[in-house]
Formats: sequence, C-alpha cells, structure tokens
Amino acid sequence: MSSVCFYFQVHQPFRLRHYTVFDKTSHYFDEFKNASICRKVASKCYLPTNRLLLKLIRKFGGQFRVSFSVTGVLLEQFHKYCPEVISTFDALAQTGCVEFLAETYYHSLSYLYSRSEFADQILKHIAMIEQLFGLTPRVFRNTELIYNNDIARTIESMDRFDGILAEGADHVLGDQSPNFVYSPPDCEKTRLLLKNYRLSDDIAFRFSNRQWKEFPLMADKFARWINHVNGNGQVVNLFMDYETFGEHQWEDTGIFDFLSHLPYEVLKHPDNNFLTPSEVIERYPPMGVIDVPHIVSWADTERDLSAWLGNAMQSNALHEVYRLEGLVKQAHDEQLMADWRRLQTSDHFYYMCTKYFSDGDVHKYFNPYDSPYDSYINYMNVLSNLRKRCLETAAENTARSTA
Amino acid sequence: MKVFMLGWEFPPFISGGLGTACYGLTKAMSNMGMDVLFVLPRAVEASQTTHVRMLTPKPTAGGQELEYTFDELHNVRFLAIDSMLSPYTAPEQFKQRLDEVITLKRTAEHTRPEQIEQDAAGTHHYAGDMFTEVHRYANAAVKLAMEEDFDVVHAHDWMTYPAGIAVAAVTGRPLVVHVHSTEFDRSGEHVNQMIYDIERRGMHAADRIIAVSHLTRNIILSRYGVLGDKVEVVYNGVERNGDTRFIPRSGIAGDEKIVLFLGRITMQKGPEYFLMAAKKVLDEMENVKFVMAGSGDMMHRTIEMAAEMGIGQKVLFTGFLRGEDVERVYQMADLYVMPSVSEPFGIAPLEALNHDVPVLISKQSGVAEVLTHVLKVDFWDINEMANKIVAVLKYPPLQLTLREHGNFEVRRLRWQDAAEKCARVYSDIMVHV
Repeated sequence: MSSVCFYFQVHQPFRLRHYTVFDKTSHYFDEFKNASICRKVASKCYLPTNRLLLKLIRKFGGQFRVSFSVTGVLLEQFHKYCPEVISTFDALAQTGCVEFLAETYYHSLSYLYSRSEFADQILKHIAMIEQLFGLTPRVFRNTELIYNNDIARTIESMDRFDGILAEGADHVLGDQSPNFVYSPPDCEKTRLLLKNYRLSDDIAFRFSNRQWKEFPLMADKFARWINHVNGNGQVVNLFMDYETFGEHQWEDTGIFDFLSHLPYEVLKHPDNNFLTPSEVIERYPPMGVIDVPHIVSWADTERDLSAWLGNAMQSNALHEVYRLEGLVKQAHDEQLMADWRRLQTSDHFYYMCTKYFSDGDVHKYFNPYDSPYDSYINYMNVLSNLRKRCLETAAENTARSTA
Repeated sequence: MKVFMLGWEFPPFISGGLGTACYGLTKAMSNMGMDVLFVLPRAVEASQTTHVRMLTPKPTAGGQELEYTFDELHNVRFLAIDSMLSPYTAPEQFKQRLDEVITLKRTAEHTRPEQIEQDAAGTHHYAGDMFTEVHRYANAAVKLAMEEDFDVVHAHDWMTYPAGIAVAAVTGRPLVVHVHSTEFDRSGEHVNQMIYDIERRGMHAADRIIAVSHLTRNIILSRYGVLGDKVEVVYNGVERNGDTRFIPRSGIAGDEKIVLFLGRITMQKGPEYFLMAAKKVLDEMENVKFVMAGSGDMMHRTIEMAAEMGIGQKVLFTGFLRGEDVERVYQMADLYVMPSVSEPFGIAPLEALNHDVPVLISKQSGVAEVLTHVLKVDFWDINEMANKIVAVLKYPPLQLTLREHGNFEVRRLRWQDAAEKCARVYSDIMVHV
C-alpha cells in the first residue's frame, strides 16, 4: 500500500511599513501592501487551487484527501481583505476529506523563547479553526517544521495531539526511510510524520526547472515514482507551501493541470490511496523511534535554524521582542498584545538573513526590504516604539491605581 | 605588453580618488608583468621624497622633466612633465593657482640673482589659462612619446585626453580613455562647455572607453553620443595593506560615537546633505560627533552652514588628512557616510570597510553596484539617512554584522581583476590595429 499524504502550508505575515526612528505612530503594519499581496495570492493561488481541490474531492467521491495548516495571522488578513477565501476553505472542511492542523497562531519561534507564549498561541489557533470550520485539529506542526525531541515531548504533554510533522532530513533519518510512521523518543501517544523531501521538492521547486533531468513532470510519471514506494514504504508525505500552486509555480507551467490529473494517476494503482495525517497515524503503526536531539526545519539547504538565527541582528531582534513579554502582559492592552504578537511572526527575522544576500532567491519572494540591514533597522525601530507604549501604559496603570 | 599611460599623482602626492585609482591600477599591471610608462603633470619642486629615485632630469623645450621609478613598481617608469595641471582645479581657479606659484618661486628666500633668474625661467612655459595648458601638455607628451616604444595609449580623465589623442595619432597606436568622472558628476547640470567638448572628443577618438561603473557608463551613453559596444565597465579595486595597526583613540570621550565623512568637500560629495542628516541625528541623540575629514572648494561654506544650523560644536573639520592620520580617523569612526550626489565609483567606502568601519553610501554612486553589505540611501533622503545613522549607532548588532560582512566582501574587489580586464581591452583593440 502506498498512501499519499498531502499537507499544504498557508501563511502570510503582517508586513511592517517603513518605520524610521523619527516615527511616533502606533500603526506599524503596511495595510496597503499586505492587502495587495493577500488579494494577489488569493487570486493566483488560494482561490483557484481551493476550487480545484473541491472539484477533485467531489469527483473522486472521497478518495482524494488533503490537509492544511492556515495560520491565524493569514486568517485575520482574509477577514480584512478577501473573506471569500475563508468560504472556500470552509467548503473544503465540510467535505469531510480535508484535515486542518494546528500550529502557533502567529507562525512564531515562540517555542525557543517562551513556552507559555507557545502554548497560548497554539490554543488560540485551535480555537479559531474550531470556530471557523467546526473541526478540531489533532495533528501539530511547528513553524517552518522546526522540530526536535523536546518539542515532541512538549506536544505529548499537552495531551491534545496524536501526531506531529517534521522534515525528513538526511542527517535525521540516516539510512531510514521517511516513508513510514515513527515515534519520537519517550512519547506514548504522539506519532511522527516525516516529509519525503525529494518527492515534495520535485513538485514545489523543480517542477518548472527546464535544466532538471526529469522535466517535464507529468502526473503519470510522478504516480509511477509513488508506486515505487510500494514494498519498501507505507506513506509518501508530500509537505509543501500552498503557494506552490500558482505563485512559486505559475499557472503557465501547467502546475494546475498536473494537480488535476494526479489523483487519477495515483488511484489507478489499486494499492494506492490518499490519506490525511490523522488517518495515516491511525492506519500505520510506528516503525521505530527517530531521535532528533538538535533542531531541524524545512528551511534552505541547511534544514536548521540558520534562516532565522544566522547572524547577530536576528538573534538580537528575537531576544528583544521576547524580552518585552512581561511588560506587554502587564499592560493588559489588547491592541498592544496583538501588535507584539504580530511582531513575533518568523518572517520578520527571515528578512534579516544575510546568508544568501548576494544571490538569495527564495528569501526575496515578497520580501519588502532591499537588504537584511534595512529590515533589522525597521524592525528595531518598531520595537522601540512598542516598548515605549508598554512603559507609558504601565505608568498610566500605576497612576490610575494609586489615584 | 607596453602601456603609455597618461595619469595623475602618485603617493604621497595624492589629492583624491583619481591618484589612488591610478596607483592601484598601475601597481597591479606592474605585478602582472606589463611595462608601464607613466606620464604625469608635476610642478617641479626642488626636492622630492625618498620614495622616488631620480634618473635623469631632462631639460627640454617642453619644460623641465623628471624621470624616476618607485622601488615597489618594477615595471613602471615615470615621466613628469612640468605642468600646473591638477585634476581637481576648476578653470577659474587655475589662473589663481598659477599666479600663486609664480609669486612663490620669484620671492623664494635666496639672494643670488642667477638663482632667481633660473627659477623664474622655469615658469615661463606655463600657459595662462587651463585649456591652453592642456594643449601645451599634449605637445610635451607627444615629444616624449616619440622617443618611446609602446603598444597602447591609456589616458585617465579629461585633461589627458588631448594628449592621448595626439600621442595615439602621431605613433599610430590604439587609444583607451578611462572615464573616472564626467563633467556632469563634477558640475551637475551647469557643465563647462569646453571641458565637455574635450571629454566628448576624447571619447569619440578613442578605440575603447573604460568606465568605472555602470552609472558612469550610462552617463557616457546618454550624454556623449557614444555607442554601447565601445564602453567597458571596469570597477576600481582597493589596496589591502595587510593588518591595520591598532592606534588607540585619543581626544574623544570613550562612549562618544563618531560619524565620518572623508573626501573632498565639494558639491559632488553632498556635504550639505551630511550636515542636514547630522542635525536630525543630533535631535535624536546627544553623544555623537560628526567628523568631516578633507578639504575642498566648499569647505568654508560648509563650516558656516554647520554654525548656522547650530551644530557647530558637534561637527569637527580636520582638513586634508594623509598617512597615519587617515588610519587614525578610520580607527575612531563608528560609521562612514558617503552622501555623494553623483559618484562615478567611490573608493573611500572600500577603504573604510578595509578598516572595519561600517558604511552608508548614496545609491547614486558606482560603488553601490558592487557592494551588498552596506547601507544605502538616496542622497536627498535626509530623513532616511538620519534614520540609518541612528540605527547603526544605537544597535550594536547592526554595526557588528555590517562590519564583518563588509570587510569580507571588500576582499573580492581587487586591482588585479581591474588590471586583467584592462589587459583584455588592450588585446581587443590591438588586434584591429
């Protein structure tokens, strides 16, 4: 049996507006830019792909199944800028063939800096998914698939999840295959699903690359590769950015045609099926324990934290934003809290990466800054203002309580 | 390959980037094994420094000339033509300078009448105005060239173009003109028509034009009517002189930040934008001083401007710096700013990076094309300039990251590569001869 497990990540940050040291306003986010990008991606990707998936789900009578994780910050943007997208996700949820996963509402690196924030953000995300789609997430994925044994243990202790996703990186797997279900060490209930990065990236990155020896990638060829897993694997985990469909791979590459033919080609082989992550966990017992003492992620070639913590600016910015946690929570101000949390989104630190600055492609997609230095300067100026607001609010509160 | 190069000063007699560029390029060519005959204008003085080994002073009809070599440049021979030409003097100032020099020579402190006669005689050949001097210089260069053997002529910036054209014509060798700056960079829209004409004639007479950046190349194509395939871009490099010695800071308080402007204080370099940004920075933070190291035709006006803006106490003017003083000022600086209005290339930021100083440069500069680990700003955007200056001074991680990456990046900007590119240009045009 070869089960294909699709997982799509759906996310956009609240990008900051240009903010100098002289700016005093508490409006930090570039509404216009965020709205344009949101609507553009909706029209090129979210809406057409959602509609295509709905069509395929209905056509194959329940045999075609997929999963998503949609971040809280993007759901907020849908509400503000293009609510029709939510109704397409809702339609997908109602088919019963689509699973929604949980993650941190703000797509943050909070696990590394504040366990309480981490937990609060997950609960907030679950609440929103339940409210919008009437579904309760049972599988967790951390921001950008950042994972290690400790994270698994933390998730296990939350007692809400059956499984967690991670990158099937070579240095994690050794000579084991990502095409099985595993267990993290010391975990009874939580199961581990590992991304098959070769097959996932064939679609997400190589699909339109004419220099690739497998170009052009047709649905039947890909289905044959899936079939090869039969006999030495149980599940093929295809985890990718949803923007693959229409944005990273434009419509004229044929990516939508590929997707629309794929279910047929895969299901042609009677041993194959499509499963959601929960269904995979239910069907296949774990093949063994995978030990991941050091953090892995699905970012860049290094598959580690260097995309967000590779230089002094990034670590300083992250340190400073989490240093404000106490102050922000004491202020008891909803707007302040929302602003502070939106500043935790991992993208802000991703923009400060100097790793590939000379030739960075992926980092530059939708990157509103000309240079990582500009993004750090901007971010720190905003943070300064936020800190000032916190202190002012704290002073007011003290004044009021002593009055 | 033998090159007849018409250029400018050599260390230690440098007054700006042009001299630095000529030195860097010539040294790299010498190291590659190319023979360079370097002709430069030099008002002859009685004594020279020890860097220079005098061969034979050749008094000729064109005026006294000197021939010398530098120990470190094995394949380079220098010929100095006695001339008042200097790359940074505007035509109006030329006459003034000329008068000054002649007066100086005539009132020198010796009493023997023959001496006075001799010295005065040495000035009789200077032309009264700059343009005539340019052509007299061309004459003298041709006379020198006729006694030499070489494969190609390479002329740096407009004053040498007539000499280049003349030498190339008389010897039948191909001509390369090297554009380090144009009249539009130096004078904005109020170009001097005669200088423009000389530049244009030089570019059209040349077999190939070398521009120091794409910025400059674009100006050449759009303003001088030159065709694209005639213009090559060869970026300047920077000299790496090994480890910079650590010289302790003195005279400035420990926690006081220093923002440095190092260059000629002239319109092209945007000194007024530097001051306006400084004012905004000082409104935001106190413990910072702005150092303007250099001299130039706008120096007095700039000093006045600083006083008028009420920041006179916070802006220090050092005058022109040389040698160890340059090292010292880089050691002290927390940030180097180049707010140039139009900078064909800009070697100074590279030197700053070499000295571990983070850099903020104007986007309207050629060097912005080759550097990524620097801060960039439009020269007129004072708000953003001040914003970036404050950020560097306020956030140590920013300074640290810029320093590390910038220092690393500047290592790949080598004169070696510039010299190799020039050699390729020479081969191209020699084939067609």
